[in-house]
Amino acid sequence: MSDNSTCSSPMEELHPIFLHHLPSSFSVLLKTRLQAHFHVLDPCDSAEPVSSFLASHAHSVRALVCAFLTPLTAETLELFPSLHLLVGTSSGLDHVDLDYCRRRGITVTNASVAFAEDVADHAVTLLIDVLRRISAADRFVRSGSWPVKGDYPLGSKLRGRRVGIVGLGTIGFQTAKRLASLGCIISYTSRSKKPSASFAYYPDVLELASNSDVLIVCCSLTQETYHIINQEVMRALGKRGVVVNVGRGPLIDEAGMVELLVQGDLGGAGLDVFEHEPKVPKELFGLDNVVLSPHCAVITPESFQAVQDLTVNNLIAFFANKPLEELAVLGTCSRAATALERALMLVGSATE
Amino acid sequence: MDQFGVLMTCPMFPYLEQELDRRFKLFRLWDFPSKSEFLGHHSGSVRAVVGDTKVGADSELIEALPRLEIVSSYSVGLDRIDLEKCKERGIRVTNTPDVLTEDVADAAIALILTLLRKVCVADAFVRSGKWMSGDFEVASKFSGKSVGIIGLGRIGSAIAKRAEAFNCLISYHSRSPKPHTTYRYYSSVVDLARNSQILVVSCSLTEETRHIINREVIDALGPKGVLINIGRGAHVDEPELVSALLEGRIGGAGLDVFEKEPEVAEELFELENVVLLPHVGSDTEETSKAMADLLIGNLEAYFLKKPLLTAVI
Repeated sequence: MSDNSTCSSPMEELHPIFLHHLPSSFSVLLKTRLQAHFHVLDPCDSAEPVSSFLASHAHSVRALVCAFLTPLTAETLELFPSLHLLVGTSSGLDHVDLDYCRRRGITVTNASVAFAEDVADHAVTLLIDVLRRISAADRFVRSGSWPVKGDYPLGSKLRGRRVGIVGLGTIGFQTAKRLASLGCIISYTSRSKKPSASFAYYPDVLELASNSDVLIVCCSLTQETYHIINQEVMRALGKRGVVVNVGRGPLIDEAGMVELLVQGDLGGAGLDVFEHEPKVPKELFGLDNVVLSPHCAVITPESFQAVQDLTVNNLIAFFANKPLEELAVLGTCSRAATALERALMLVGSATE
Repeated sequence: MDQFGVLMTCPMFPYLEQELDRRFKLFRLWDFPSKSEFLGHHSGSVRAVVGDTKVGADSELIEALPRLEIVSSYSVGLDRIDLEKCKERGIRVTNTPDVLTEDVADAAIALILTLLRKVCVADAFVRSGKWMSGDFEVASKFSGKSVGIIGLGRIGSAIAKRAEAFNCLISYHSRSPKPHTTYRYYSSVVDLARNSQILVVSCSLTEETRHIINREVIDALGPKGVLINIGRGAHVDEPELVSALLEGRIGGAGLDVFEKEPEVAEELFELENVVLLPHVGSDTEETSKAMADLLIGNLEAYFLKKPLLTAVI
C-alpha cells in the first residue's frame, strides 16, 4: 500500500493499474515508483490465490504494466476485458502476444527511448572491445603475462570500418551516431528506408553484410527476423568480419555462428544476448576474439530511472486523456521529445 | 643509404625492423650481450637512433655515440629522449604525431566504456559459468556524464569530440586556455577533478606534469569518479592511486600505462573496478604500419637532405 507523501490524493482516487511481473529486485523498484502515483494491483500483495485476485480486480483495469521480460500471453490478457493500454518496460516485446493485442485494439508501448543510449553505448563497447582486444588484453595483464610475454598482439583500427546496422530504430540510430564519431562508415537495413537518415540503405541483410566489415544487430525479434543472421550472411561479412548482437539471441543462428568462429571464418563477435540464456555455448569461452556479456545492456541506475519516468509519464498522460506528444520527458537523451511520440506506437511498428 | 648506421634500441614492430634493415645498416641493440659491448665495437658507426616508449635515447647513450645526427622515436611522446642533450649537440629529433591520434583516443573511450559498463568483469562472469546461478551486477552509464580532460592537444581534442557524440559535458585543463573551444576551462587540476565524473590524462610528460595526478586530485575525483590514463605512467602517483582504489576513495581506474611497465601492482589484479591494458594505445596493425612508414620517411628525408616530415628539433 502506498504511503508516499508526494501523492496528495487519497488511495481511492488513484487510478488502478495492474503490475504483471515475476519476483525480482528490479520490479520492486519499479513498483515502489508506481505506487507514488497509482493504485498498484499486484497479486503478490494479496493472500488470495491469483485467480481469485484477478476475478476481483481485473475487470476494471484499463492499464497494465508488464515488468521487463515477464511473458504475457493471450490467456492472461483475456482476463482484462477493459484493458486499453499495455505499458512495456523493455525495448523488445517478443515476450508479449502482440497479435492478440492488435486484434483487441490494445495500445502497446515499449521503452526503447529510455534505454536507447545505454544499449547503444553497450553495442559500441562490445565492438571496440573485440577490435581493440580490451578484455583479452586486460586478462593478459591480470595473469601476470606482460613482463613474461612482452607486447600484446595488435588490434584493428576503428576509423574506416564499414558498419552495417540491422534495424535503424531508436537504438540503431543512437549506435550509428556514436560509431560515426569514431570514424566508422555507417549503412543499414530496415523494413523501410528512413528518409531522415543520411546513411546508405540496403534492402536486405545479405547485401548489407556483403558491403560491411561489422554487423550490429539491434532489430526486434519477430517471426520474420528469427535467425536473420545466418551462416550465409556471416560468410558475406568475411573472415575478418565482426558481429555484435544487442537485440535478441534468436536473431542469430547461434550454432552456425559458433562453427564459423571456431573455424576462423568469422573474425569476432560481441554478444549481450543468446538463444537460450543463461546458457552460452562453451566453445566461445576459449576464444579471445569474442566478448560476452549477460544480457545487461540496460542494467544501469540511469536506465532504471529513465524507464520508471517513461512508464509513469505515459500512464499519467493516458489517464488524463492527453496526447503523449505534449509531455516533457526526463532523461539525458536530447531527442526525447520526438522519441516519446514514438513511445506510443501501435503494435507492429513498436521497435523499428 | 645502406652504409648509414641506424641503431634500434629494442624490438618494436617486425615491419619497421624489416624496412630499416632493407634501407640502412641496421644494428639491433638486443642482439648484443650488453650495451657496453655494442658500444665498444660500433659506437662510431651509429648516425641514427630509433627508440620508442620502452627504450629511448637518454643522455648516456647520446654521449656514447660521437657520430649521432638524428633520433627518430617510434612514438609521439618524447619523455624517453634527452631533448636538451640533442639540442646541445645539434642532433635532429623526429616523432610520430597525428597518425596515432585516433587510435589513442579510441583507446581512452574503450577504457571508459569497459570500465563503467564492467564489460571485462561481465565477460569473466559469463565464461566462468556464474550466469547459470544468478544475475550480474548493476553497471554505470557513460552517455551524459561529465568528462574532464587534462591536456587538450591532438589526442585530448580527439577524445573530447568522441565524448561529445555520447552527449557528455566536456571540461579541460591545460597550461593555458585554448582559444577556439567551447569546453569549460579549469586552471586547477583539482577543480577539474572535483567537477568531473571521468578524468582523462592525455598531456605530454614533462617535469611539470610528473605526478599531476596526486593524492589531492584523487580525493577530489572521489568515490564516484574514475581516472583514465592514456598518457604516461609517471603522470600518476601510482602507489597513491593503488591505495585509493583498495580503500574505495576513488570509483575506479582505466589504465594503459604504468610507472614501471611492464610491472603492474598485483593488488590491482583482483579489483573489478579497474581495466588494465599493456600500453596498447596505438597498437593496431594499421597505425603501427603508419607510424613505421612515417619514421622511415623522416630518416630517408634526412639522408636525402630533404625537409624532415615531423621534426621536433
